[in-house]
This record gives sequence, structure tokens and C-alpha cells, in this order.
Amino acid sequence: MALTTPDITASVVRARLHGEKADIAGAAFRYLLIACLTIVLAALVALIASVSGEGIEVLSTRGIGDFIQRPFSIRPQIAGVYQAIVGTVTCAVIVAIVAFPLGLASAIYLEEYASDNLFTRTIDIVIRNLAGVPAVVYGLLGFALFVTPLELPFFTLSLNDVTGGSSVLSAGLTLSILVLPIVVITSAEAIRAVPSNLREGGFGVGATRWEVTRTLVLPNALPGVLTGTILGLARALGEAAPLILIGAKTSGFSGGDPGDLTGEFNALPNLISEWSTLNPRQAWTGNTQAAIIVILVLVLGINAVGILLRNRFEKQK
Amino acid sequence: MTATTPPSPGPLSIQDLSGDPRRQTVEMVVRVVLTLAALTSVVISILIIYVLLRDAIAFMGTIKLGDLTDDVWLPRGSRFGLLSPLLGTLWVTLVAVVIAGPVGLGAAIYLSEYARPRVRRIVKPIVEVLASIPSVVVGFFAIRFIAPEITQRVFSSSPSANLLVAGIGVGLLTIPLMTSVSEDALRAVPHSLREASYGLGAKKVTTVVRVVVPAAISGLVAGVILSISRAIGETMVVFLAAGGTGSRPDSPLDGGITITSAMASVASGTDNVVGAGNTFQSIFFLGLVLFILTLSLNVVADRFVRRVRQKY
Repeated sequence: MALTTPDITASVVRARLHGEKADIAGAAFRYLLIACLTIVLAALVALIASVSGEGIEVLSTRGIGDFIQRPFSIRPQIAGVYQAIVGTVTCAVIVAIVAFPLGLASAIYLEEYASDNLFTRTIDIVIRNLAGVPAVVYGLLGFALFVTPLELPFFTLSLNDVTGGSSVLSAGLTLSILVLPIVVITSAEAIRAVPSNLREGGFGVGATRWEVTRTLVLPNALPGVLTGTILGLARALGEAAPLILIGAKTSGFSGGDPGDLTGEFNALPNLISEWSTLNPRQAWTGNTQAAIIVILVLVLGINAVGILLRNRFEKQK
Repeated sequence: MTATTPPSPGPLSIQDLSGDPRRQTVEMVVRVVLTLAALTSVVISILIIYVLLRDAIAFMGTIKLGDLTDDVWLPRGSRFGLLSPLLGTLWVTLVAVVIAGPVGLGAAIYLSEYARPRVRRIVKPIVEVLASIPSVVVGFFAIRFIAPEITQRVFSSSPSANLLVAGIGVGLLTIPLMTSVSEDALRAVPHSLREASYGLGAKKVTTVVRVVVPAAISGLVAGVILSISRAIGETMVVFLAAGGTGSRPDSPLDGGITITSAMASVASGTDNVVGAGNTFQSIFFLGLVLFILTLSLNVVADRFVRRVRQKY
């Protein structure tokens, strides 16, 4: 066995296999791949660096509290993001109240109740396709459904009497529809991952399907469901396009206080969109960057909570 | 199973098992509620199609078919040259996919085939961070960084806001999608294929390029198609960075509009949400075109993804 040391043998074999040449193609390929990854990371760094320079200055000279508590103004020195934050947070609450239960219930139906028939398969395909519909199309649906009365073949659906037309309630409901497929798909995956012997144990002691679902399946699937919902929520808060169609106000409105569900509204992404097109020579660039920092903290913060939650539950298991 | 068994449903007696009518009622109610919840998705889909079709057909009734071949898309001026947003979408998508395809694929190959588990655990979440950045932020980045620092240095004669700038921004947004779909496809390739290749004396690069990538090709194609679909549907980056002119673009260096940004620009603004006559209906028409485009791409991508699953 020990006639030659293994590393000498290995190097001879390797040299033979590679035609006694260094593996230039292999090294080049590897560096090419690393370059691709570097581009991604560099883009992210450049993005964060370029949107934070003047923004941090604005936040530190004016104070974060001042910037967050001031309402709209045409004067950049005193303009703040108060109404936009209220709008975005209200939308988040509406999405959590509407999309989470609805999405979870759909997922439970698909995974626990539905048998494999045409009806179930149709719903499954429909949800998968809804997940790929561009956000701006959901804006059109939201406009037709919540902002104006919708004339259907047999009757007119006047949801705008409830929502008040272009309001934060319409915006929140539209975003709820937008994230519903994401919540359903991730929740269904989490429920599917619960081992089936748990269910069999439940049925074995005579529990009904709902009792098995409520006491055995859901507690085990909840971490995955929560993570999915939270990531969907983060996605909803960054969307501007659907809210343009719902009619987010980008200039000159008063009000927009918390709890005002049916009045005029604005949201952070739409405010950023509006401010980025204003004259950069005035102080608007700094304001835009400051608003971007606020939304990044919000969205990435929510994402971080989702990921931490997932890791914590995974450890407990 | 040790002491850490999951919570039990509580002690059950013979009476419980004999079928308490209340339990059966609860079961029925729950089943109905869950079915209704699942049906909302179907209702939403039907409503989307109904709304798009209704207003798109109403819009088509107000114009002549020849109007769609106009040179300019300017709904407020009653000019509906569909080629402008279509060509704009084509250029932006092309630029985005030329960037996101190779870069996303390269990153995916590295993460799946080369990176050590430790590197992967750190790098993957960073790529996911890029995925969660709101698109308006990338739009701002496109006008304030990509345009002055990159494209204007190379093509200084073109307008600062053009389709190329928007395409690069959209490409950045699309990279994480391309990376995650491709990485899933590559990781689904069974190890036995790699081992067989090494066993025949193939180098790492040969194994990756000749064995792993061809075996995962369905998933990689799906990744590209999904990226195209995502790029076509992206609104805010293009709305902010593409210039917004409605004339037909000759090259990506021209300013222009896409289907999505044309919709956003009709709808944005304070006083003109409800424009005269068919102006507002025109965005439902564009919405229908967009919906059909992305839906068919997604259906094709789904076919490819399924093929990967069947094979292994």
C-alpha cells in the first residue's frame, strides 16, 4: 500500500489527465463566474451608496423625526413624508388583515381538503398564473373594482361607496389582491412540508379534518406561512405602479392622517417616484434619498424579521 | 419520538368518537369557508379578464384599426401608434435580458457548483436583498447613477433618459429571479451525473459546461423566459428612466415608452386621471396586451419547469 505517497500519485495522475498543462480554461471559467457574482454585489453596493449620500445628510441635519412628521410641501426644506408613511403603513395593515387569512384559508383548502380533481387543478393553475401577472395590471383591476362602480352583466357592484374611490382603503385592498397568490403559494408549501404521519395520528384517534388541521398541521406550518406572508408584505409596500392607477396623490393635499381610510392618500414609493422627477438643483435629490432610506429601512427591516423568524423556528424544530 | 411530541388534540372519549353533531357542523362550515376562500382567486382572475376585455373592446370601438399603426403613442392627442410602446418594451426587455441572463446564470453556476457552503450561506441572502429592493429605488438609481456615470460616458450624444438606461435598471432587478430559478435547476441535477463525468476523467469546467448545464437546460430556459416576463411587466424603472416620449424608438439609445410606462403616464398626474373619451380606456387596451404577453410567457416557462421535475 505505502509504496508511493498518495499525494505524489495524485499529482502524477492529475498531470497526465490534464495533458501536463495547467488548467487555464478551468481557471478562466471560474474567474468569469466570480466576475458575474461580483457584478451583482457591486451593483448592490453602488445602489445603496448612491441613494444614501445626501439622504443621510438631510436626515441628520433636519432630524429623522422632523422628516417623518412633516406633511407635504412644495418647499423642499420643510417637505416631509408624513402622509406617505401613514399611507404605506395603513396599506400594510390592510394587507395583513385581508391577504393573510384569505391566503392561508385558500392554502389549507388546496392542501388539506381538496381532492385531486378538475376544480382543484383549475384553482392551482389560476393561482400560479395570478402570481405572474404584472403589478400594474392589478392596478387596473383595483381601479375598476374599488375606485369606480363596476358594471357587471347582471348588476352594478358599487364598492366605491365603501372605499371612497381613490382612497387608502382601495390601495390596501388592491395590494392585498396583488400579494394573495404569493401568500397562497408559500403557505401551501409550508403546509405540504408537515409530515403526513402527524395527520394520520390525528385521524387515528378520531379527530375530524378541521381538528387535525387546527391542532396538528397549522402549528407546524405556521413558521413557513408567516415567513411567506411577511415577504409578501414587503413586496406590497414597495409597489408604486398599482397605486398610480388607484390615484395616489403626489402633490398638494391635506389630511392623510392615520385612520382616515376613505380620504385622499399617498404612499412612500409614489412619493419617491414624484420627488425623483423634481428639479435636482433644489434640495429635492436629498429629500428623495432620505425618503428612499426610510423605505429601504422599512422593507429590508420587514424582510429581516421574516428571515429571522424562519431561522428561529427552524432551530426550535 | 421523545418528550417533544407536538401538542395533542386532547383526550378523546367514546362519546367524542361517536360523532357529535356539533363537530360535524363545524366541519361543514369550515369546509364551505375554505372553499369560498379558494374561489376568490378564481373570481379575481375572471374579474381581471372581464375588466381588461370590456374596456379594451370599448376602446377598439372608438378608433379605426389603422390608427394603431400611427408613428406616435399619445393618447391625449388621440394618437395610438401601438408600435411605439411595443418597440420600447422590446428594447428594454432585450437589454435587461442580455444583462440579467448571463450575469444571473454565471452567479447561479458559481453558487451551485463552485461556492463552498459557507460562501453560499453569506452570498445568497445578499442576492435576495437585491430582489427585495423596491423598483422605484432602482428607477432613481437609474437616473442618478446609471445614466450619468455609465451610459452618458459611452453614448454622450444620446438623451440622458433613454431605453438603454431603463433596460440596465430592469436588468438589475431581474438578476435575482434569473439566479434563483437557474440555481434551483442546477441543484436539481443528480450528483451521479457529475460523478460519472469525473469518473471518465473530465475536468470541473468540462463537467459543468458539458454535463450539468445541458442537464438543467429546461430550468435555465424557464429562468430566461420568466426574466423576460418580469422585464416586460416592470413599470417604475421605465416610467422614471426611459424618457417617456411617445414617438417610435429607432434604437435603445432613444428615449421612449413601454407598455407599462405608457399606462403609468396616462394614469399619473393630478387632474387627468379621467381623460377625455377613450384616453383612459387606452390603458386597459395596453393592459390587455401586457396581460396576454406575460401570461403566454409564464405558461411556456411553466412547461419547461415541469419538464425538469419529470426528468429527475
